[in-house]
Amino acid sequence: MSYHSFLLEPISCHAWNKDRTQIALCPNNHEVHIYKKDGNNWSKIHVLKEHNGQVTGIDWAPESNRIVTCGTDRNAYVWTLKGDVWKPTLVILRINRAARCVKWSPKENKFAVGSGSRLISVCYFEQDNDWWVCKHIKKPIRSTILCLDWHPNNILLAAGSCDFKCRIFSAYIKEVEEKPAPTAWGSKMPFGEVMFESTGTSGWVHGVCFSDSGNRVAWASHDSTVAVAEGGKTAVCASLTSETLPLLCVTFITENSLVAAGHDCYPVLFVYDSNKAAMSFGGKLDVPKQSAQKGMTARERFQNLDKKATTDSKEAVLESVHKNSISQISILNGGKAQCAKFCTTGMDGGMAIWDVKVLSIVKHVRVQMQ
Amino acid sequence: MAKNTLSSRFRGVDIDEYDENKFVDEQDEAAEQQGPDACEVDHLIRQYPSDQWDMMTAFHIALRNPPINSKNPAVKERAQVVVLRVLTAFKSSDIEPAVKSLDKNGVDLLMKYIYRGFEKPSDNSSAILLQWHEKAFAVGGLGSIVRVLTARKSV
Repeated sequence: MSYHSFLLEPISCHAWNKDRTQIALCPNNHEVHIYKKDGNNWSKIHVLKEHNGQVTGIDWAPESNRIVTCGTDRNAYVWTLKGDVWKPTLVILRINRAARCVKWSPKENKFAVGSGSRLISVCYFEQDNDWWVCKHIKKPIRSTILCLDWHPNNILLAAGSCDFKCRIFSAYIKEVEEKPAPTAWGSKMPFGEVMFESTGTSGWVHGVCFSDSGNRVAWASHDSTVAVAEGGKTAVCASLTSETLPLLCVTFITENSLVAAGHDCYPVLFVYDSNKAAMSFGGKLDVPKQSAQKGMTARERFQNLDKKATTDSKEAVLESVHKNSISQISILNGGKAQCAKFCTTGMDGGMAIWDVKVLSIVKHVRVQMQ
Repeated sequence: MAKNTLSSRFRGVDIDEYDENKFVDEQDEAAEQQGPDACEVDHLIRQYPSDQWDMMTAFHIALRNPPINSKNPAVKERAQVVVLRVLTAFKSSDIEPAVKSLDKNGVDLLMKYIYRGFEKPSDNSSAILLQWHEKAFAVGGLGSIVRVLTARKSV
């Protein structure tokens, strides 16, 4: 478990390259900075300047080594490495509000951008015109799309939106792929078809994630709940209300367990039991600092009572590793099936890398490996 | 530029009404959301403090059938009055076991009523409500308060 403080500003978004030696992040401005791991330090090797507005989403395609970024200037750029320089290609998204999130599809021939224009732009490369073209998914989205995740079959796309719903859409583009095989979510998948729409939870959906097999989708919403839906003849939903502040990002680390993090500044583990279709809280995953337990003198106690009206000796300092909300979580290795390490970045400008094995031993937390 | 660009009182038409993409809330049926039974609750309160368990029953009855889907403000107001009466009739020492007897949804519902009660403070209500708030917070945590703030259908 390691923590590195990159900046004083929040890290808006981040993405790792294939071998996890480089990280691209946005330091809450119009640029993207790429850092390279140098022993125990990180050195900035590239600065990507093209956007006119804050960069809200970055995704790095592992195989083709291309970076796609999207920002509040309503544009997206696809960056390719030519020699030692990253060259941008503009993608016209045809949106009239800010772009909020972007994700490469598993086969890296398409990417999807969620925006405040209440639509998702699915972009693919048209070989004849040498140009990125986009198609829109509009119905029945009623508000900003906050988060996206692709199904492993490269066709289905889960989207969490500010209209309090998590939906699974089909993003099948006939120009670049063949008809897909039936999945747990349905068999007819024309472009823009809604395969699943959530009910039951209220609150903006901040984070959404497909499991490794694609049969389950999890989402975290602003009413402090986490829910998992399993595809099938009728989709089965299980949700869990929590006693903490809302969670902002969620990811599967095995087929049955999820890690989520948010405004409480520490990651938490949830376990999903498919037999009972129920979720349970697995434990806090933070490693607490060993604070010296000093006794309070009577004078200190009286001072506390006078100043803070409490005899509690707890200081008003966060004990977690991150000192501010965690906004993004990404899997480093192991994939979503057997994740061994994951990384969190947050509004405190820091990045923490968490080792699942170490956490399970330290916290006696059971991570069900399937 | 005209002098009147600061004020928008000259606008005669509310264009948001004509926007075809305007977000309209789903219409849910109000159905049998009548709110809790006032007479039953009254009767049980009168028995207090002789029988503590009657109070618990009154409490549970008051929290049954919340008028969440109802569009009728009178129904909601009536429900709020009943619940407030039960909450103020409790002795301070009995508040904690009452909260412990609720399940997760019950605690969320109790929080909603508590915050509704805060909106219209009367002479003694705030103090009692704050005691209830402290106990409900100990069980429900920040999450239950977040759910009060983000609830689309409220009591």
